[in-house]
This record gives sequence, C-alpha cells and structure tokens, in this order.
Amino acid sequence: MVPLNHYLILSAAIFAIGVVGVVIRRNLIVVLMSIELMLNAVNLTFIAFSRFLGSMEGQVVVFFVMAVAAAEAVVGLAIIISVFRHRQSLDPQEMQLLKW
Amino acid sequence: MTSSMMIFYLLAALLVLSSLMVVFQRNVVHCAMALVAALFLIAILFVTLQAAMVGVLQILVYAGAIMVLFLFVIMLLNPTALEPRRGLSWGFGMLVALLLAGALAALVSHNEAPADPFAATELFGAPESLAKSLFTDFVLPFEIASVLLLIAIVGAVVLAKREHN
Amino acid sequence: MTDVNLVPLLPATQVLLTALVVLLLDLFYQEGEKGLLAWVSLLGLALCAGETLFLWGSQESAFGDAVMLDNFALFFTQIFLGAAALTILSSVHYIRQAEIHEGEFYALVLFATTGMILMAAAKDLIVFFLALETMSIAVYILTGIWRASGRSSEAAMKYFLMGAFATGFLLYGIALIYGATGSTHLNEISNYLIESPEDWPPYLIGGALLLLVGFAFKVGAVPFHFWVPDVYEGAPTPVTGFMSVAVKAAAFAAWARILMHQLAPLDSDWAFPLWVLAIITMTLGNLLAISQASVKRMLAYSSIAHAGYLLVALVVGEEWGGLPLLFYLLTYAFMAFGAFAVITALAETEQSPEDYRDFSGLGFKHPFLGMAMTLFMLSLAGFPPLAGFAGKFYVFRSAVLSGHLALAIIGVLNSLLSVIYYLRVIVAMYMEEGGAEGKSFRQAPYLYIAIGLAALGTLYLGILPARALEWSRVAFLSLD
Repeated sequence: MVPLNHYLILSAAIFAIGVVGVVIRRNLIVVLMSIELMLNAVNLTFIAFSRFLGSMEGQVVVFFVMAVAAAEAVVGLAIIISVFRHRQSLDPQEMQLLKW
Repeated sequence: MTSSMMIFYLLAALLVLSSLMVVFQRNVVHCAMALVAALFLIAILFVTLQAAMVGVLQILVYAGAIMVLFLFVIMLLNPTALEPRRGLSWGFGMLVALLLAGALAALVSHNEAPADPFAATELFGAPESLAKSLFTDFVLPFEIASVLLLIAIVGAVVLAKREHN
Repeated sequence: MTDVNLVPLLPATQVLLTALVVLLLDLFYQEGEKGLLAWVSLLGLALCAGETLFLWGSQESAFGDAVMLDNFALFFTQIFLGAAALTILSSVHYIRQAEIHEGEFYALVLFATTGMILMAAAKDLIVFFLALETMSIAVYILTGIWRASGRSSEAAMKYFLMGAFATGFLLYGIALIYGATGSTHLNEISNYLIESPEDWPPYLIGGALLLLVGFAFKVGAVPFHFWVPDVYEGAPTPVTGFMSVAVKAAAFAAWARILMHQLAPLDSDWAFPLWVLAIITMTLGNLLAISQASVKRMLAYSSIAHAGYLLVALVVGEEWGGLPLLFYLLTYAFMAFGAFAVITALAETEQSPEDYRDFSGLGFKHPFLGMAMTLFMLSLAGFPPLAGFAGKFYVFRSAVLSGHLALAIIGVLNSLLSVIYYLRVIVAMYMEEGGAEGKSFRQAPYLYIAIGLAALGTLYLGILPARALEWSRVAFLSLD
C-alpha cells in the first residue's frame, strides 16, 4: 500500500506547477488550464484523505469540486471570448487592465 | 518495492511530466492535450485509491466535457501565434514553484500516516455509497451546485452570445 | 432524515425564487418594456427582508447542521438585501443607457445575493465553498456584463482569474483541514480542536493558513489586493458598488464565522500574520489612494484601506472584535455604496466620467449630488457625527481595550491620512471651476432615491447608532 504521504506530496507538486502556470503564462486559455490543474491537485488530496480516513465525505466533495470547475470553465471561457472580441488577443500584456 | 508502489511511481512521474507540459509548452493545443493526459492519470490514481466512481466521473466530466469545451474555444478563437518567451518571469516562475512546492511538501510530509489504513469495505467508493451520501448528508450542497450550474449557463449566454445587430 | 427543517433556507429560497421569476418574466417582455423586472426584484427582496424581521431571534439549523439560521446570519442577510435593493435602484437608468440585458442583470444580482445569504449561514465548509462560488461566479458575470465596453470584459477576466486562483488556495485549505480533522463540518472541526488540543498534524495549521490566504484574496487585503483597483475601475459602476459593499460583507461574514469563531483554538497560529496583514493593508491602501487621478480608482484603494480597518477587528478577536466588525460593515455599506452611486449619477461622456475634474463645480450645478457626495466623503474619512466615525470609533476602541494599542494608533494615523484624498473630492466639487455634468433627477429618479437612502443611513447610523450597535451585539452573540 502506498503511504498517504506520497499522495499528498504528489498533489502538492501538481498544485505548485499549476500556480506557476498561472503566474508565468501569457495566454489566457493556458492560465485557465493551469487553474484546472490546481483544482485537480486538490481533488487528489481529497481522495487520498478520504481513503486513509475511511470516510466517503472526501469523495463527495470531489464531486462538487468537479461541478464548480465545470461552471468556472464555462464562465471563464465565455469571458475569454468576450475579451477576444474587443482586443483580438489572448495576451494579458496587450490589454489595459489585465497587466500583472 | 511492491507492485502497487511501482505503479504509483510510474503514474506520479507521468503526471508530473504531463503537468509540466501543460505549463511549459508554447502551443496551446499541445497544452490542452497534456492536460487531458494529466486528468486521465489523475483518474487512474483515483481508482487506485478506491474511488472508482469518482474516477469515471473525472474522465466523463473533465476529459469528456470540460476539455472539449477548451478545445472548442481554442478552435473558435484560433490563436495561432506562439507566446513570446519571457526570460525574467520564467525564472521568477521557477522560483515561485520551488518555494511553494517546498513549503507545501514540508507541510504535508511531517504527518505520521496510519501504516494500515481503514480496511475499506467493498461498498467504499461504489456508486451506491456515493449516491447515498450525496442524497442524504449532502443534499443541500447538491441543490446549491444546481443553482451554480444555472448561473453558469445564464452567464455563458449573456457574455458570449453574438448580438443580432 | 424524515422531517427536514426548511426554515433556515427561507431567506435564500425567497431570493432565489425571485431570481427565477425575473429570469422567466424576462422572456415575455420586449426590450424597452422591462421596467417591471426591477420592481419584481425589489418586491422579492422586500418580502425577504420582512421574513428576516419575522425570523429575528430564531436559532434553527438544518441538514445535519450544515446551515444555521441565527441572528448573525439574519443580520448579514439584511445587509445583503439592502445592498442588492440599492444596487437595483441605482442601476435601472444606467443599464438601459449602457444597453445591458436587464433581465439577466437583475437575476444575477439576486443569484449573487442568494450565494451571500448562504455564505453567512454556512456551518459546513462544503456548503460555504459552494455558496462562495455561487456568489463569485454571478459577480464575475456582472462585472463583464457590459459587453460594449472593452474595460468591462477585461475587468471580468482579471476578476475571474484572480478569483479562481484564490478559490484554488481556499479549496486546498479545506482539503487539508478535512484531512486533519476528518470532517468538513465546522461543529465537528471545532470539537476536534477542543478535544485534542495541541496534538495537531502540521497540515492543519497549513490548511488554516491557506484558508486565510483565500479569504485575504477575496476581501482584497494587501498583498493580495492587486486585482481590486483594475476590477473596480472596469466594472459597471453599480456593480462596483455592489462588490465593494456586499461581496466584502459576505467574505467578512464567513471569515468571522469560520476562522474567528469556529476555528478560534487556532488563533495563536494566525494572530501574527493577520496583525501584519491589517497594518500593511491599511497603510498601503491609503498611501496608494492619495496618488490616484480617478475617483473610482481612489475609492477602490480606499476600499482596500477599509478592509484593513475591518482586519483590525478580526485581529482583536472574538471577545472584543465581534460587535465592531458587524457595526463597521453596516456603516461601510451605506457610505461606500453612496459614493459609487454618485459616480453613477455623473453624466456619460465619451469616456466614463470618474476623474477628479469630472467633479469640479458639481456642488453648484447639482446641489443634491454635491451634498450627498460631501456627506459620504466626510463619513468615509471618519468625521463625526457621521456613520464612518462611529464605525471607526468602535473598531479602534476595541483594539485599545484588548491591548492592541499599536494597531489602534496606526489605524488612527491612517484615518488622518485618508482625509487628504477624500477632501480632494469636496474641494473639486466646491472650489474648482469646471463643467461637471450630472444626470438630473428627472433623468434618473431611482438613482436619486438610492443616493438619498444611502445618505439617510449614513446620517442615522452616525447620530443614533445605539439601536444598530445593539443589533450587532445580539447578532454576534448568537454564534454558538
């Protein structure tokens, strides 16, 4: 049996990779993908804890996180489309308010 | 090293690799493909953790629905240009990554995990038990999630629909 | 699970039903005859307000204690209802002019309000998380709903990305807390904390700190504030008012219930980070506000500074900080909303009118707007006898009484600093020549009503705060 620790460290690593994607990427769609990656890392943490605590709660939570991630993806992509209509670009640096 | 450990290390290595590809590939479509792979690997990890139902949902909802949406938007907008490389911020990004990964790993790794986890029953992670939790203890969040999805639909229509004139 | 108690969900359900009715009615009316929708929304909010008064004093929980309807939840519900009603009143004219879809706009304000009401009542981290997302996603859409404006879309993008990023941290925090305590239920988590003191896995503390980061993002505390000015600037002005008042109140409500009250045993672990956060948020918010050329951006930074004063109340802790926190949020709701509503009342030109020079001479041309804006600015700066003074007085008093003298002194100094930029607006309105244009009463009567109500609230809470203070006290004490 793989120890809990391994799963937690793996998901911490994936979470950190997702954070890096949000910070460095200059394409809004990829930034959104990185956020999805972060949420998935959290899901892995939930499932691992759920298995090792022997409680179903964690699995149910993941179900809800998926619903939230789906809603966020839909709204995020809709906003990306509406930004693209105005600026014809997906690079935050080419916009007035989006620089960071 | 047992076989389950070996499978875990293989999956973990592939997962880290595909996640890195999501973040560091310069072509958006390649990023999306790497993300599909990462989501698939996470689904397999769910199955190894006795969460088969959630694993199936992961593939259906994420790889099946959300990623198709992503690809659809990529095709619609067709952003052909590759991103320019930015030396400074990539270095900064790596620094953030290492610091954060180190901090998180330090946080989660000190625990004394129970060597032998709860002997899971056959029902653990099965659709029946998931559904039972969902519709008894978690019926309120379930209803809120339905409101959330309704809002997302309204929002997508309001924001992305083409005006007639 | 045979008898389900639905009473705790009554206010949220009322607002949700109103939203659905508005969404459906929207289909049956042509453009230009949708004025009815605003009234339907207001009627629903008024009904809900009646329900909260009727339910005042109840202590009901449902769904295995996942939600709790106590005076705390009802107090915040009333703030959200008031903010939503004022937002709808002040946007009737605005959204018609900006050609924003009316039905969806009102429905989304109501959906967001539903999420906020559930946030203030949530006793389970999952319910809280879903309620937070319900609110946030509705507000992301509202930010970008002015499709003709490129700035609105960009602001929505930035708000969305930062919000979703913060959600990731918040959720990670919830995951670690779940792992450490074996539950997402706040009562069980606090039982665990009390029963096994100090025997906590390190990731419990990590989870709490991640939760703290998530909350800091949502309320716009420094150093997680960088999205605030851009988002406030780009969003349609009535939505900015709604964000600065209701979204902030909802985030602080959840913060108070979850971190300050239920996870109180972990106090010592975040006391210091929170102390630092409060000081830099106040100071940086005020310093950056001084250098702004746009009044809307200035108000955005000032809202960061006010988040800092509210953080002082959180640092002070449950015993002393509860009443000032609630009272301050109430006073802030009126004055901040009023200030944004006055900006909405400036006439549209090619560019959105929000610079200082767009205010020059306003005091003479539109005496009512000038007077109201003066009132809001003086109140935000903390002049007696206005609401802002009373709010700050109780926050800093609680800091002194609980021994956080340094915080109180820095807070008062900051408050003095803020006078500079608030007075600049008044100087522009009364001492500078200029061609400020405002919408007349006849053009936008409901907007004037909203401003009038906000001004009345600001005066009332400043001069006769006793009743509101008593409400805040009773509300905070109802947390169990």
